[in-house]
This record gives sequence, structure tokens and C-alpha cells, in this order.
Amino acid sequence: MTPVQSGREFHLDRSTHDDLITHARSDAPYEVCGLLAGVDGRLMAHYRIPNAARSMTFYNMDPKAMLAAMNEMDDNEWDLLGIYHSHTHTEAYPSNTDIELAFYADAVYVIVSLQDPQAPHIRAFDIVDGAVRERTVVIDGERSAPFPAGAPAGNT
Amino acid sequence: MAIEVRVPTVLRKHTAGERRVSGDGDHLRELINDLGHRHNGLKTALVADDGNLHRFINVYVNDEDVRFMKGIDTPLSDGDVVSILPAVAGG
Repeated sequence: MTPVQSGREFHLDRSTHDDLITHARSDAPYEVCGLLAGVDGRLMAHYRIPNAARSMTFYNMDPKAMLAAMNEMDDNEWDLLGIYHSHTHTEAYPSNTDIELAFYADAVYVIVSLQDPQAPHIRAFDIVDGAVRERTVVIDGERSAPFPAGAPAGNT
Repeated sequence: MAIEVRVPTVLRKHTAGERRVSGDGDHLRELINDLGHRHNGLKTALVADDGNLHRFINVYVNDEDVRFMKGIDTPLSDGDVVSILPAVAGG
């Protein structure tokens, strides 16, 4: 894993990108969630965290698994780079609940959408004090396909 | 009695950037009151108006979630490590 974050982009290597989609599919139609950690934007670890809510419309990271991951990051002096979860039936755009519960302003919120099962896709956002700003997802140095204009909303 | 507290990044603005702080208390509520005196703003980040922990704050004693113990009344012993993490949740 060697991507570097810069500006308003969110960099993923292809293998992590594919892992996120594999994870999202693994428990569909329920939402999955996890954490991405690294140093200076370089991804060092990917944690799949169980969704304690095991719901199609809500996720809540299992507290003990989340603590173990956070402690490992802390011990390694890694930063929490990304928080991801899946939307199994809606667009990869933050829902009102996602915005309301975005307590980690320094992390990028990554959403994997399985709305079109044949064409899963990933979008990334900064969510700070209720304001959502999208980042361009860059995979192995290439910008992912731009989104059709006017395709934002999602309401899980 | 010294209790070590691991402070998450998002709450370090209340602890002058310190990752770990220490406090005293025979149970979690006392510890949080003590921390509140030492670190301005920390208590209100953890405790709701009704005196209980905020719904979306996870507090652990020695890696055990206090929801499965006695919540804010969970007893503490010298040498315990308390960890705090805002929940990661959404829709």
C-alpha cells in the first residue's frame, strides 16, 4: 500500500479499493464498515470492523473491535485516514445520519455503494461540522470516473 | 489513586494535545468530574445533561465497554486504564 493523500483527493491503491468492494458485498444487504490507517496519507492498514447494528440502513462499529484497531493505530503512531461504510441500496453520498454522526473531522468518510450491483463505486468526503465536501477518489494514481451530474442524494 | 486515560485525537483539544492523561476516582463518574476540573471542556464532551454518558461516546475500562458494566457508575481501581472513543456510526 503506497498511496499518498494530497489536497482534495483521496488516494487508494487498487487492491484496497477492491477489498472495500469485496467487504461491502460480503454482508449485503447489510451495511459493513471499517477503518483505514496510515502515515502522511500513506495507507498502512485496513481494518474490517463488525457492524454491531447489522442493519440495511445503519451502522455502528462494534466498540471492542474499534478500540482494538484504534489502539493499534495509536501504538504504531498511525493516523486514522478513512472511515468507510457501505450503502447497499442507495448512492455513495452521506445520509443525514452520516452527517449528524460524523465525529471524526480529521478522517475522510468513504462510502461504497452497491446500488448498482454490477457497478459498485466508491466516493469520499470530508464531513466537518455538518458541511460535506467531496474528494476525488484516485486509484493507483488515476482519477476514478467522474460522477454523472446531479447524482448526489442518498437517504439511508 | 491514579487512573490512566487514553484520549482520542478528537478530544485532545481539551488536553492540550496530550494523548494520555491521568485522573482520580473510585468510579467513572468521579474520574470524569476530576478530569473535567483538570481539562476544560472534557466533561461536557463525555456526559449528557441527564448525567449519563453521551449515547455516541464509548468508554472502556481495561478495554471493556462500560455499557456492559455499570456505565458511568463502573468502579475503578488503581492502575486501571480508561479509553474514550466517539462512536463511529451512520446510516
